[in-house]
Amino acid sequence: MNIFGGAWEYIVDPGNWSGSTGIGARILEHLWYSFLAVALSAVVAVPIGLIIGHLRKGDVVVVGLVNALRSLPTLGLLTFLVLLLGLGLIPPILALVILGIPPVLAGTYAGVANVDRTVVDAARAMGMTEWQVLTRVEAPNALPLMLGGLRNATLQIIATATVAAYVNLGGLGRYIFDGLALRQYDRVLVGALLVTILALVVDGLLALAVWASVPGTGRLRRNPSAEQIAERAS
Amino acid sequence: MRWLIDNFSVVVDLTKTHLYLALVPLLIGLLIAVPVGTAIRGASWLRKITLIVAGIAFTIPSLALFVTIPSVVGLQILDPLNVVIALTIYSTALLIRAVPEALDSVPADVVDSATAMGFTRLRRALTVELPLALPVLVANVRVVAVTNISLVSVGSLIGIGGLGTLFTQGYQRDYPDQILAGIIAIVVLALAFDLLLFLVGRALTPWTRQQKVRRTPLVAGQSAAPAAGEAS
Amino acid sequence: MITFSGVTKQYPDGTTAVDNLDLEIDAESFTVFVGPSGCGKTTSMRMINRMITPTAGTITVDGRDIAQTDAVKLRLGIGYVIQSAGLLPHRTVVDNVATVPVLRGDSRRNARKAALAVLERVGLDPALASRYPGQLSGGQQQRVGVARALAADPPILLMDEPFSAVDPVVREDLQAEMQRLQAEMRKTIVFVTHDIDEAVKLGDRVAVFGPGGRLQQYDAPDTVLSAPATDFVASFVGRDRGYRGLSFRTADQVPLHTIRTATEKELPALRLEQGEWVLVVTDAGVPRGWIDVTGVEGARAGRPVSECTAAGGSLFSPGSDLRQALDAAISSPSGIGVAVDAGGAVTGGILGSEVIAKLAEQRAAEDRARGEHFFTAQPATPDGP
Repeated sequence: MNIFGGAWEYIVDPGNWSGSTGIGARILEHLWYSFLAVALSAVVAVPIGLIIGHLRKGDVVVVGLVNALRSLPTLGLLTFLVLLLGLGLIPPILALVILGIPPVLAGTYAGVANVDRTVVDAARAMGMTEWQVLTRVEAPNALPLMLGGLRNATLQIIATATVAAYVNLGGLGRYIFDGLALRQYDRVLVGALLVTILALVVDGLLALAVWASVPGTGRLRRNPSAEQIAERAS
Repeated sequence: MRWLIDNFSVVVDLTKTHLYLALVPLLIGLLIAVPVGTAIRGASWLRKITLIVAGIAFTIPSLALFVTIPSVVGLQILDPLNVVIALTIYSTALLIRAVPEALDSVPADVVDSATAMGFTRLRRALTVELPLALPVLVANVRVVAVTNISLVSVGSLIGIGGLGTLFTQGYQRDYPDQILAGIIAIVVLALAFDLLLFLVGRALTPWTRQQKVRRTPLVAGQSAAPAAGEAS
Repeated sequence: MITFSGVTKQYPDGTTAVDNLDLEIDAESFTVFVGPSGCGKTTSMRMINRMITPTAGTITVDGRDIAQTDAVKLRLGIGYVIQSAGLLPHRTVVDNVATVPVLRGDSRRNARKAALAVLERVGLDPALASRYPGQLSGGQQQRVGVARALAADPPILLMDEPFSAVDPVVREDLQAEMQRLQAEMRKTIVFVTHDIDEAVKLGDRVAVFGPGGRLQQYDAPDTVLSAPATDFVASFVGRDRGYRGLSFRTADQVPLHTIRTATEKELPALRLEQGEWVLVVTDAGVPRGWIDVTGVEGARAGRPVSECTAAGGSLFSPGSDLRQALDAAISSPSGIGVAVDAGGAVTGGILGSEVIAKLAEQRAAEDRARGEHFFTAQPATPDGP
C-alpha cells in the first residue's frame, strides 16, 4: 500500500503536472500519438473496408487477414521497425498504424456487409448509383459497427503506445519504464494508473459515440423534426 | 531467418514457456467463465454488473496490469505468475461475456421444445444448450488464445521469459534477425492454435457443416475483441 | 380425458391471456383451439403440459391434477409439436425422433429402431434418417417434428400451429397425413390454429377463443358454422360460413346429367351455336377443357387446341360433399360442373341450381325431423297442453 500511496501523492501533486516532462505533457503526448495512429489507420482501412463490404467479395481474405494480424506481437513489430528505421516518431507510429488497421477494417467491413440486403436492393431499384448506395444507404447504417471497430483500434493503440516508450517514445509509458529502470515502483504505478484511466475515459466516450450513431433512433438529431419542417413550410 | 535456424532449440524452449504462460490462463478462464456465465444469465442486474466489470477489466492496458499486479498480490515483479494472473483476468473477462452470449444464440424454440419433451434442466443444459452454444463459444476461445499468445511477449518487458525475450534481447543487441525470428515464431504459434481450435470446433459441431443456410458470423469475435488485451 | 376447471392466466402487467376456462376434452378426440392471435388458445394448450402455469383453476389429465404431478414425467407422456418444429439441430433426424424414448429409459438402439418405424409412418423416406435437420425442407422438418412427438406413443398430442409455416400444397398433404394417423392411432389431440378452415377440416370438436382469452363456443365444426353462439364467432368464421358449411353435407343425391363431349380429333367437325359449350376429353375420357363456337373456329383455322379451349373448373369426385359439387358447377366456364370417376374419366355433369335444390331438400328434411322430435318428445304438462 505504500507504493499506492506514493503513486497517489505523485499524481495529486500539482507540481508534477507542469513542465515538458510533467503529467500533463505526457498525457498530451500519449493522446497525440494515439490520435495520429488511429487517424492514419482509419484513412487506410475505412475505404478498403467500405469497398470490400459494398462488393461483398473477398470476405474470406478479410477474415484471414484480420485474424493473422491479430496475432502480430506489437513489441516485436516496434523493436523490429526501430532497428530497421532508426529511433524517432515514425517507426512507433508505423507499428501502431499496422496494429490499428485490422480492427477498423473488420468493423467497417462488417458494418457495411451487414446492412440488410433488402434495403440495399430497394435503394438500387430506386435508381441510386453504386456510389450513392454506398454513401447514402450503407455507410450510415454501418456506422455503429464502424465506430465499434475504431473504438477497438483506439483502445489497442492507446495501450500499445505505452509500450512504445520502450523505444524512446514519450507518453505515459515513460513513467513505467523510467520507474522500472530506477526501481521506483511508485513511479511505475503512476504510469499504470494514468494510462488505465485514460484508456477507460476514451473508451467510454467512444462507446457513447457508438451508441449515439445507431441509425433510426434519432440520437444524432441532424434532420429537422416534423414540427420544424411544418414551420418552415408555412 | 538464419538466426531462427541457428538457434532453433532455444526458440523451442522459449516456445514451451510461452505456450504455458498463454494457455493456462485460457483454461482457468474457461473453468471460471462457463459456470459463472451460465449462472448469471438469468439474473439481469447481476449480469449487467458482471459485464461492466469485465468490460473495465479488459480495457486496462496489458503492461499496466503486468506492473500493477505484483504490488497488489505481493509478488516479485519478475515472477511469471504476474503474467498468468493478468492473462487469466483478461481471459475470464472476455469469456464471461461470451458465455451468456453463446447461450443466447441457441434458438429459443429448440430450448422450448426440449423442455416440453421432458428434459430436466440439467440434462437440457448439458446435452442441448451447451453443444448448440459451442460455435459462438469456440469463436471466442480462439480470440482469447490468439490474444494471449500475443500478449505474453509483453511480459518480456518486465523480465518474464517466453518468446518475447527474443524481442528485448534482439533490440538491445541490435539484432533485427532475432526479433524477426520471434515475430515469426509467435505468429506461427498463434495461427497454428487458431487453426487447431477451429478444427476442434468443427469436429465437435458436425451439424454446422451441412447447413443449407450460413448462420455463423463471418468475422469471429467481432464484438468481443479486447482492445487493451490485444495491445502490445 | 383433459379437463379445464375455472382456469385463468393473468400476467403481472395485467393482461389476461385466459379467462375462466371450463372445458372438457374427450379421450381419443381431435379438438381444435381456434381464434385470432392473442386470445389464449396457445396459452391454454401450453398449460396442459405445464409449460405455462395457470394463475387460477385446475387442469386434470385422466382425473389427476397436473399441478400435483411431476412436470418432467407429465411431459414425457405428452407429445408436443410446434410451428418451427423445434428439432434439435445437433442431432440427426433419427436421434431427434428417438429423443423421448431415450429420455424414458430405452436403450439408444431400441429407440432408434422404433424411430425408423415412426418415420415411415409419417411418410418420410428412411434415407433421411442420418441427415441433420438443417438439410431438410420445411415440410420434411414438420413431419419429423410429428414423428418425434409420436415416438414414445403418448396418449396425448399437443400441436401448436404446426402447419402454419409451410406452403398451402404441403399444408394440405400434412393435414391429410394427420387425419390418416389419427384414424389409425386414436390419440387425444389438442390442435391450435388461427385458420378456421383448418379447424373445421380437422377437428371433431372446435373451441373458438375470443378477445380477453374467453371461450366463445365449443361444438362440432358444422354446428360452429351453422349456429355460431356469439357475434364474435359469426364474424370470425367469416362471411363464407354458409359456403363452408356445405362441406358437411353429402352430395350423393345430386343428379348427374350427360355432358356433350368431343375428342380433339372431332373438334374441327363440330357445329356449335353461340353459347353452347362442349367438353374436350382425351380418348380415355379425361376432361381437358371446355370449347365454344369461337374456339371451334380457331381449331379449324389450325390453332393449337390448348389455345382454343377454356380451362375447366374444379372436378367433382365420387363421394364428395355439396361444397365440391357447387364449386364444380360455379367454376366451370359452361356452368356445368364436371363429375369424374376414380380414374379421372367423365361420368356426368352437375347443375348449380340442382345443388341448391338438394340443399333445400336436406334442410326441409331436417326441419321435419326437429319438429317431429319436438312434438313427440313434449310430455303432457299437468296444467294443460
